[in-house]
Amino acid sequence: MGGLAHYLEDEGLATTQISLIRPQTENTRPPRALWVPFELGRPLGAPNDPAFQAKVLRAALALLLRQDGPVILKDFPEDAPAATAAENGEGWFCPIDLPPPPADLAAGGGFKAAMEAEIGGLSTWYDIALRERGRTTMGLSGMSIGEITDFVCAFLDGHVPDNPRDDQSLGQSLKFAVEDLKAYYREAAGAQPGQNTGKEMNDWFYGNTAAGKALYALWPIANDLARQSGDEFMNIFANRLLIPASQKYRAEKAEA
Amino acid sequence: MVRLADLDEPERSHLGSVPCTSFDTEPWVTGAPLAERRIAMITTAALQHRDDQPFEIGTGDYRVIADDTPANDLVMAHISTNFDRSGFEQDLNVVLPLDRMHELAAAGEIGSVAKFHYAFMGSTDPVQMEDAARAMAGHLKADGVDSCILIPV
Repeated sequence: MGGLAHYLEDEGLATTQISLIRPQTENTRPPRALWVPFELGRPLGAPNDPAFQAKVLRAALALLLRQDGPVILKDFPEDAPAATAAENGEGWFCPIDLPPPPADLAAGGGFKAAMEAEIGGLSTWYDIALRERGRTTMGLSGMSIGEITDFVCAFLDGHVPDNPRDDQSLGQSLKFAVEDLKAYYREAAGAQPGQNTGKEMNDWFYGNTAAGKALYALWPIANDLARQSGDEFMNIFANRLLIPASQKYRAEKAEA
Repeated sequence: MVRLADLDEPERSHLGSVPCTSFDTEPWVTGAPLAERRIAMITTAALQHRDDQPFEIGTGDYRVIADDTPANDLVMAHISTNFDRSGFEQDLNVVLPLDRMHELAAAGEIGSVAKFHYAFMGSTDPVQMEDAARAMAGHLKADGVDSCILIPV
């Protein structure tokens, strides 16, 4: 981000920026940056909070008026509302009751049956979210939620499905399918009022759903597939893009 | 869970030690009052239209987002899984504050909003972005833009 600011200023355009990782901004030294104490993925701090977003935006734009450059790094003084609520013990929890996953998900077809049951329970809420927001962020894979379930579960059942797209590797198709799967769950879970943090949503998805458990089960399978096929993207996907670093401890705990 | 010190390992060490590009010069451009500026947004969230070719690892290219793009046309193709997407799923403005920018323009706090905004994929070496960034600067100036707000994810 700081590099982009450097190039644009060098071309004669004034820049200001939001910074999420202060040490990186300190090292890159862009002309004007507002460091915000928000979680990664939320540079404006809070979804559906126009007043808070405007406050952040005004603070970042105000740096354009400063004359005391060439390097300004200012701190935004407020935490995001959802983070504050979580710290005060008023954290978010998923309000949707999902059917409890069977004890042995790995038994033939277990993941698929459990995920289909969950998706059935979430579908009403996904539709509500779609209606109220007028948008969905699903769509990277080009597959429906049913096709995504079939595609992901084929790997879990020991098959290597055909790549649905000929303009990208199987690893890339799997990555996009997984992103759409997570988007479906999160959009449904976030349909009801209430502010969640990313950590709360991740803890719910990876800790409490069969789909989350399916991704842990997919990890060694994708790893083996990468080794056998030489698909470099599949290797990166398995080890860096499948499970967030902050959620990998669940797999380590299960192994111990 | 908002400051680097609050993150769990291995995220904290990783994010704190990402190599950063340094530059020999420190260009610094000033300008008119905000009420006279035309401002574009540059995001590194790898936002793209649904039918755009997805971003690829290590490439520094960008996607163009017209200012009047419906929110439902935009998806996030960022490669990383280590940041929250649920905020973006609930409200585009938490990543790309299109509505907020237009409110500021309508209130006269900024001059105008650019016709086009641009999206890169972060987690990319800035050196790989240089050619695209300099070409983008030409497009921005052609649109009358004099200032940019850069927004990470």
